[in-house]
Amino acid sequence: MKLTLKVWRQNGANEPGRFETHQVEADEHMSFLEMMDVLNEGLLAEKKTPIAFEHDCREGICGSCNMVINGRPHGPNSGTTTCQLHMRYFKDGETITIEPWRAKSFPIIKDLVVDRTSFDRIIQAGGYISVNTGQAQDGNSIAIEKDLAGQAFDAATCIGCGACVAACPNGSAMLFTAAKIAHLGLLPQGEVEHKTRVQSMVNQMDEEGFGACSNTAACEADCPKEISITNIAMMNRAYMGSVLGSQK
Amino acid sequence: MSWFLKFLTSSIGQKLIMSLTGLFLITFLVVHLAGNLQLLANDQGESFNTYAYFMTNNPFIKTTSYGLYFFILLHTIQGIALAIKNRGAKGSKYAVSSNAKTSSSGTKMALLGTLILAFLCIHMGDFWFKMKFTDTLAMVSYDGVDMQVKDLYSRVSLAFSNPILVVVYVIGQIVLAMHLWHGFQSAFQTLGLNHRKYTPAIHFLGKAYAILIPLGFVIIPLAHFFSK
Ligand code: HEM
Ligand code: FES
Repeated sequence: MKLTLKVWRQNGANEPGRFETHQVEADEHMSFLEMMDVLNEGLLAEKKTPIAFEHDCREGICGSCNMVINGRPHGPNSGTTTCQLHMRYFKDGETITIEPWRAKSFPIIKDLVVDRTSFDRIIQAGGYISVNTGQAQDGNSIAIEKDLAGQAFDAATCIGCGACVAACPNGSAMLFTAAKIAHLGLLPQGEVEHKTRVQSMVNQMDEEGFGACSNTAACEADCPKEISITNIAMMNRAYMGSVLGSQK
Repeated sequence: MSWFLKFLTSSIGQKLIMSLTGLFLITFLVVHLAGNLQLLANDQGESFNTYAYFMTNNPFIKTTSYGLYFFILLHTIQGIALAIKNRGAKGSKYAVSSNAKTSSSGTKMALLGTLILAFLCIHMGDFWFKMKFTDTLAMVSYDGVDMQVKDLYSRVSLAFSNPILVVVYVIGQIVLAMHLWHGFQSAFQTLGLNHRKYTPAIHFLGKAYAILIPLGFVIIPLAHFFSK
């Protein structure tokens, strides 16, 4: 299949960006990233700079293959990452527009690669549990309700790719932060620090300059792991409860 | 910064303000509509004018009304501040816009809100201001009541003989409906009230409210216009 790609090129956060148009000959069995590889090999053969894009696992678990494809983070299919998107979902002769995540707190490093260390700092602020090392306790001695474990697991499927921020018209990181808070706070081991964690992670999220949530649910629609905005409601409740109700 | 101020200026705190003031306005609209439907009574305005007299003179209602003005202002200022902050947090726009299945009016809340504010200025300038601060309203008295009240009913009826104003009211209510279509359920989500069992009911109630309340309001100018 013959495709026309309009790809965003930019050398750095403060450099001007522009679209570059390329033709590529792809196979419908290729993944989107393989199609990008073909394009880059062609560029290298012509002694041109290949298009910078992030990738690692290529199986939907690392959260690095981030691009906005025809206006949708990770492309048109729901519940998939770009590396899991196959070219059979595109038509021969189609023009595909590829852009980087756009949000103030995700400055562009090069082309389609953005700096997501703001997410790391949100995690550093409290996205962990402080357990001392030593003998692991027998798993069966901690009773966890099945539903709760399921909810925590659903939230834990977040791969931190940032599609929520990319999809949000406000560039808000609420879905990411809420998913992390839920996955830790719903389980007994994480519940201990839940109240302080909620405050420190939300504070860090605000400090990073992410927008507020207008409840448009664009994040949920484009999340490759289909994480629900129910988590955001849970976080709001926990944040208000923690600030107003706890000693800290 | 005090912990409370920090809370109110956090992204969740700012939305809490939007949600609580929004829900207050939602409650107010029900009361406002219930009272104003008396404008449809065929009694030369007796029930409406005595009701209007009560509303402008009862000390409890008067106090509440100052709260109302304050909450409208707070909702407006906070809403515009959020819209500016959120636009800044997005930075640049995509060349191709998304067609994901999202509630599109959520992103247009600030625009819709500003239109509502413009409508409120026209609306209050026409009736509230004339009622409270001018002597342009005639006085009337009714059988069995030895007191004169301002004839706001006739002022309203006269205003609604103007087709341009009627069109402004129709548009104003459509805009309000769009604001509430997203806003009603959004306020609950902001408060953290999202529950598998109750959220579908809140969404349904919100949509019913967003249609029925503006519809109720819009009947009043239409009825007065077409009964002439
Ligand atoms: C009677 C009039 C109004 C009612 C009943 C109303 C109601 C609401 C409700 C319930 C919400 C949802 C709050 C939330 O998401 O938690 C909302 C949001 C909003 N309102 Fe209003 N509103 C009114 C007038 C206005 C006006 C005059 C403005 C002026 C700009 C405005 C601007 C906004 C904005 C910007 C939001 C979205 C905030 C966000 O999610 O980021 N509204 N409104
Ligand atoms: S490359 Fe790891 S999720 Fe796509």
